[in-house]
Amino acid sequence: MSTNASFRSKVFYTALAWLISGLIFFPILWTFITSFKTEAEAISATPSLFMFEWTLQNYSDVLARSPYFDHFINSVVIALGSSVVGLLIAIPAAWSMAFVPTKRTKNLLMWMLSTKMLPPVGVLIPIYLLFRDFSLLDTKLGLVIVMTLINLPIMVWMLYTYFREIPHEILEAARMDGASITEEIFHVLLPIALPGIASTLLLNVILAWNEAFWTLILSAANAAPLTAFIASYSSPEGLFYAKLSAASVMAIVPILILGWFSQKQLVRGLSFGAVK
Amino acid sequence: MSIRTFSFACLAMLATVATAAETITIATVNNGDMITMKELSSEFEQAHPNIKLQWITLEENILRQRVTTDVATGGGQYDVMTIGTYEVPIWSKLGWLKKLDNFAADYDVDDILPSIKNGLSYQDELYAAPFYGESSMVMYRKDLMQKAGLEMPNTPSWQFIKQAAAAMTDKEAGVYGICLRGKAGWGENVALITAMANSFGARWFDEKWQPQFNTKAWQDTLNYYVEVMNQYGPPGASANGFNENLALFQTGKCGIWIDATVAGAFVTNPADSNIADQVGFAMAPDNGLGKRGNWLWAWTLAIPSSSKKSDAAMTFISWATSKGYTELVASKKGWKNVPPGTRASLYANADYLAAAPFAQITLDAIRSADPVNPSVLPVPYVGIQFVAIPEFQGIGTAVGQQFAAALTGQMSVEQALLNAQRTTERTMRKARYPK
Repeated sequence: MSTNASFRSKVFYTALAWLISGLIFFPILWTFITSFKTEAEAISATPSLFMFEWTLQNYSDVLARSPYFDHFINSVVIALGSSVVGLLIAIPAAWSMAFVPTKRTKNLLMWMLSTKMLPPVGVLIPIYLLFRDFSLLDTKLGLVIVMTLINLPIMVWMLYTYFREIPHEILEAARMDGASITEEIFHVLLPIALPGIASTLLLNVILAWNEAFWTLILSAANAAPLTAFIASYSSPEGLFYAKLSAASVMAIVPILILGWFSQKQLVRGLSFGAVK
Repeated sequence: MSIRTFSFACLAMLATVATAAETITIATVNNGDMITMKELSSEFEQAHPNIKLQWITLEENILRQRVTTDVATGGGQYDVMTIGTYEVPIWSKLGWLKKLDNFAADYDVDDILPSIKNGLSYQDELYAAPFYGESSMVMYRKDLMQKAGLEMPNTPSWQFIKQAAAAMTDKEAGVYGICLRGKAGWGENVALITAMANSFGARWFDEKWQPQFNTKAWQDTLNYYVEVMNQYGPPGASANGFNENLALFQTGKCGIWIDATVAGAFVTNPADSNIADQVGFAMAPDNGLGKRGNWLWAWTLAIPSSSKKSDAAMTFISWATSKGYTELVASKKGWKNVPPGTRASLYANADYLAAAPFAQITLDAIRSADPVNPSVLPVPYVGIQFVAIPEFQGIGTAVGQQFAAALTGQMSVEQALLNAQRTTERTMRKARYPK
């Protein structure tokens, strides 16, 4: 009896999980399918899910019209660059807060996080003027700097949470054996916290890849990443839904593949310390 | 190294510097005519090997935000900007744009349609060159009109539009009599309803900059709009802008669509439109008060003051807005696809008139639009479907949200107008407009 009830509940929850996953994934699936339709089919009053004449014309048009690979390279440089630079700053900061806390550490952490609560447009003009004066407008270096600063609070918070789960005694033992701070961080702390560091890196690559406010405002032709590539296919006067879908698929596929292959690390890192 | 060799080397270096191509950056929107311009720009580069073009194509709102930030801070990221008739008078007054007074000899500035040219001038100087211009018009299904036993006059009244919409509506067959913009926004429902309101005798402000939403004319306008849309419009109309209505009309779901004249080329294109051979055109409706409900808009090319390559930018603008460019598009894409609504000579061209059944209506609509005297009553502002003041984007969007709420039934027409009046009064008072 109880086995049956348990089986039924398992089936119910599995079905529910599939349903929710399906709902979440449906817009992506629809975008993917629309990218293979003609513009006329894309706006059809009776849209078809699979029964239409599939075409690669939109991909060919998009590749002919826009320098996709330039945008792709820019996205890779900005996302990876800002995540790596961010880690280099966040690791020592989080180590200090986790293992050598002061009375003000909590306040400092909250203050760092509070910078994420400000609407980005609130600091648009000062940042734009700084970028103009330092000749950083439309440069990859400028976007790496701004993405690093935007995501730094999240990186510090995440790493701080992981580091706090690591027993202090391990680091103390290393210190007793004569390890310097650098050796303590590189040879003891980092190997233990690797899953957390990897998930922090991955999450920040995803956040930087998808960021579509600063990357659109501060870039023009040279440093424009894939967010600008997608935005160039949205039109107020004209129906280009199929081409917009093709551009969207081309922009999200790399990050979807990365997410797919690293999902185990991501989930492990994000749930680190959640159950104790 | 001998002196002779050194001199040759120096000369060669100087020659390289002198012939190095200058790269100009062009920011534009992703509209069909601009895509064509980008496609054909290789012809410009071939004719001007010393100028290279770098393109940034963006969605209208993102582009507006980006170029506004850049021009206001003197960022200098762009050499040519695509801006609309709303921005040109404000930005030229603020000194953000360069005067365009160095066109090529055969440019023929006087060929630009006067209403468009006036909208792009400040103190009688041109600050932007029109790339394509548009007004608004009635597009209707000839087959459905015939079935309803009606005939669309060339200059219909709002009353007739209502009658025709009622006769064409067949909700069971999924056909709605009328499709109008319902999406909230200063360039969306506010553009349509403001142009409509002009023909009902309403205006945004009186001569002392006092908001006028508390007048009977505004009440009549909004009542008409909400009534026809609720009775004969498609479901979910508050989410519909130009593209959504274009999709509905092209797939045969609308009897009448009142919107931008630029849509004429889309709805008569058999490759995209199911009803291409059944579309008729008429002037925007009126109420017999002397003003029609049509607007005036142009996408233009302008040079920001911060550009350091204004000569090259001017050369490009001269090319892209010339008669020669129109002929180039006609030879590559056909006359129907040339950028419309900017030059009188286009409307004297028999090939164009034969290819574009909407040409005459477009010309008549643009000619009849008067941004300086948009309404029946006098106004202190310039603009037909907008008010050319910096505060309008904010006020327009807030008012558009009230109109959309009235359309969905979240509030009454009276309440929406009361809220619009209060919001506008507050902003205008803060900006110290009322005299």
